[in-house]
Amino acid sequence: MPARIGVVTFPGTLDDQQALRAAAAVGAEPVALWHKDRDLHQVDAVVLPGGFSYGDYLRAGAIARFSPVMDTIIDAARGGLPVLGICNGFQVLCEAHLLEGAMIRNGDLHFINRDVALRIENNRTAWTSDYEAGAQAVIPIKNVDGRFVADERTLDALEAEGRVLARYLANPNGAARDIAGITNAAGNVVGLMPHPEYAIDELTGPAGFIENRRVPGTDGLPFFTSILKSLVSA
Amino acid sequence: MSTGHVSDQPFDTTSVFEDTAVAFDTVAKAAATPEAKQPYRELGMTEDEYLRVREILGRRPSSSELAMYSVMWSEHCSYKSSRVHLKQFGEKAPKTAALLVGPGENAGVVDVGEGLAVTFKVESHNHPSYVEPYQGAATGVGGIVRDILTMGARPIAVMDPLRFGPAEAPDTARVLPGVVAGVGGYGNCLGVPNIGGEIVFDPCYLGNPLVNALCVGVMRADEIKLAKAPGPGNQVILFGARTGGDGIGGASVLASATFDEDGPAKRPSVQVGDPFMEKVLIECCLEIFAADLVVGIQDLGAAGLTCSTTELAAAGTGGMDVWLDRAPLRDSTLTPEEVLMSESQERMMAVVEPAKVEAFLAVCEKWDVTATALGEVTDTGRLRMWWHGEVIVDVPPRTLAHEGPVYNRPFARPEWQDALQADVPTAARLRRPASADELRETLVNLVGSPNLADKTWALEQYDHRVQGNTVLGHGEDSGMVRLDAALPGTSLGVALSTDGNGRFAKLDPYAGAQLALAEAYRNVAATGARPLAVTDCLNFGSPEDPDVMWQFAEACRGLADACLELGTPVTGGNVSFYNQTGEVNIHPTPVVGVLGVIDDVDRRTRSAFEREGEILLLLGDTRDEFGGSEWAHEVHGHLGGLPPRLDLHREKVLGEVLIAGSRDGMLSAAHDLSDGGLAQAVVESCLRGGHGARLVLPETDADGNPLDPFVALFAESAGRAVVAVPRSEELRFTDMCVARGLPVARVGVVDGTVLSGEAVLEVQGQFTVPLTELRTAHEGPFRKLFGHSVVDA
Repeated sequence: MPARIGVVTFPGTLDDQQALRAAAAVGAEPVALWHKDRDLHQVDAVVLPGGFSYGDYLRAGAIARFSPVMDTIIDAARGGLPVLGICNGFQVLCEAHLLEGAMIRNGDLHFINRDVALRIENNRTAWTSDYEAGAQAVIPIKNVDGRFVADERTLDALEAEGRVLARYLANPNGAARDIAGITNAAGNVVGLMPHPEYAIDELTGPAGFIENRRVPGTDGLPFFTSILKSLVSA
Repeated sequence: MSTGHVSDQPFDTTSVFEDTAVAFDTVAKAAATPEAKQPYRELGMTEDEYLRVREILGRRPSSSELAMYSVMWSEHCSYKSSRVHLKQFGEKAPKTAALLVGPGENAGVVDVGEGLAVTFKVESHNHPSYVEPYQGAATGVGGIVRDILTMGARPIAVMDPLRFGPAEAPDTARVLPGVVAGVGGYGNCLGVPNIGGEIVFDPCYLGNPLVNALCVGVMRADEIKLAKAPGPGNQVILFGARTGGDGIGGASVLASATFDEDGPAKRPSVQVGDPFMEKVLIECCLEIFAADLVVGIQDLGAAGLTCSTTELAAAGTGGMDVWLDRAPLRDSTLTPEEVLMSESQERMMAVVEPAKVEAFLAVCEKWDVTATALGEVTDTGRLRMWWHGEVIVDVPPRTLAHEGPVYNRPFARPEWQDALQADVPTAARLRRPASADELRETLVNLVGSPNLADKTWALEQYDHRVQGNTVLGHGEDSGMVRLDAALPGTSLGVALSTDGNGRFAKLDPYAGAQLALAEAYRNVAATGARPLAVTDCLNFGSPEDPDVMWQFAEACRGLADACLELGTPVTGGNVSFYNQTGEVNIHPTPVVGVLGVIDDVDRRTRSAFEREGEILLLLGDTRDEFGGSEWAHEVHGHLGGLPPRLDLHREKVLGEVLIAGSRDGMLSAAHDLSDGGLAQAVVESCLRGGHGARLVLPETDADGNPLDPFVALFAESAGRAVVAVPRSEELRFTDMCVARGLPVARVGVVDGTVLSGEAVLEVQGQFTVPLTELRTAHEGPFRKLFGHSVVDA
């Protein structure tokens, strides 16, 4: 039986279908999860996708974090369930205190949809093991509150514990220490502002001459092959 | 007139009726007090129109009825000045089996094969966007997306053709960043990718920017929904956002009145959007459609509840009873007239069979969408409305929706037209670059001029990737999306381009409208898609000015004639009049959107030069044509002469060659030649692909006359494209061109890559420019102009 990857839909979620498509693309069984349903339907991993859950009202992710499905996910994540929060999903994970820090308005105050170059700093998590250490990847960002911030002590701890998952090579939004994504200590809960699910094929991904390099459009795929392998070997 | 007056105290009925039991006007009171004075002028109606309403009803209208007639008979809703010209789009429409729904519905629908249908339309939101750039642009996106949703389709892409005053003007710095943020703020939150559009600057738009919005949606061909209310006993359900006081009078007042000194006072008339509500509404509607729970549906746009109830009733069994006080309100103090006029966003109206009401409400409940049964379909032939037990409206709905006034406005060729056309930008009239150095300088300056500079600063504020089906996005000749949303796994896609050159249309509105169509057609074909259908947004000045009316008549005639010749029918669109500041009208600006279909999106042609050694071919004829050109505008501030000559047959052949080249895998890149000519196209393709190019300019023109390098580089002759072909395909491709009678000339080679060192653009025998210099010149200006803006959303 293939690994089951669940993708949560909150009201205002936008990238759920693409996350399901990415799961299917690597051979996992995609499972749609509904915010009002506490049942995780025996999934082996969960993606909290991007979008504007509840319109980002109050704060990005602040309302979605209290939805029924999150009660179950928070418990399961503490028990080791692999969870990837992308963009708005990352914001939900921070609001749920599964990850540290917060996202504030981009430095130039604008929404930015740009294909950015990342360096994968930690390839020991459930979601990044298929990258080479220090690998570079071009993956799109598309957000307005994408600037990762935390107090200095938290940032130092993240660095010291090797929990910085990925950094921007050219910081697009003023994120603290160029941080694009982080992981929890166990490596099962990962949050990332860029969207690896939109870099899974040449046809629709960032392919061609981008950021002064030639890229294939598939640089985000290892997030999904990584989780598949870690689930198979677990 | 002041909108503040309208929204604060719309009809002053209390003073007339203060001695009666109910504070609002009713049909009974209207019958009893025929002499009561009514503020029809303040609502934008002429005396003749008002008298006609009295004749239709056989009494004076109640204040609610007056509000409804005033808004439904406004220029914006009734097309009373344009209708006589627009009918050509139907009369001259090319016969095509692809057209499933034509003009008149919320949007046209075309058959794209594989059992799928695509619906698309472009609309204007010009005046609200000048008053309140962020909300005006945002609700422009929201409105057009709801039009597409109403047809039963999932919205799969938006595009925004925008026009502003001079880039460096202080008011442009106010309007442009707000409009861009509004387009992005709404569309991004909605999850509909923005795949293209235009940003154009010209002094004529300084006090009247053009904010047009296009949306395209896809559905199964057998699932088209229409705005009609058939079947007596069926329930009329209002769902979505609550009704508030925003946008009252927007349609009749804002969209039809010109701007003058009291601009800021109109602030409250602009609607405020909630894209989160709309996103939820989209998913809710699509689930309702999938379960087949409605017999008719209409969105609430201009004229809100007035428009939706009258149009549904007029297109259905003919009658409807509405209990207006059941409408959920954001503001409990709203009068019935205000409820009828409110343009609060994110609202829909559905007609549901009684047996399906429960299932309908359950879907709304799932998505936390407020839904209220507001009325019922009848066979009385009357639209009746109650407010707290009193009848306030009792009218034949067709008189509102379809039998409004129609005007044959006088029009005449402007006196100044001949002089304008005679002022041809010849070498003697405008000084041209004379040396290689001057040519080089001209090229570098032009690629960095506001109209030709890279627009990434604005376009990256739009999400073009969401939904995961964007195959071509910003910077390509047209946007292209896969139709996977309606048919998972399909490779079928549609391409869309919008174009419109106000300077060309000013010089010759007939030709200008045709050139807009030709350019959009060419852009679609350049990506490998077959052009199928057209939508248009006709932005013009005051219809009460015979000069403007002539421009409008000519543009409509030109567009209809060209659509017939190219075989692409107009499926719908929008007219925006009164685009003027004081007495000064904008350039006539027909913006034309062309939709094309491509069987296999993998075959799409991109515009980037990506492989060294590939051959560059120029397709089409180049002539000494600079009337209305970017060079004349930017370098000399000149507008005169005639626009480029157009040969529609040639456009068709060029399209066929580009499509065949894509289908048969002969093309590596294709880029249409338009603003800025060959130079601009080659620079864009080089920068996009990270490769240099060596150009060898043709020495003679189509007629065998000598072609000087300036003309070869910067002329804007129509019907041209530059393509890159692998050496192995050159012969096959040129043979195809020759066989079809399309002029083809080898103009260079892709040479040098940024990755392995310094790439340059070399124009042989003339000059060389490093790509780094071109990149700085092309990509720098927009950030410099607008990068420091802060938008108050």
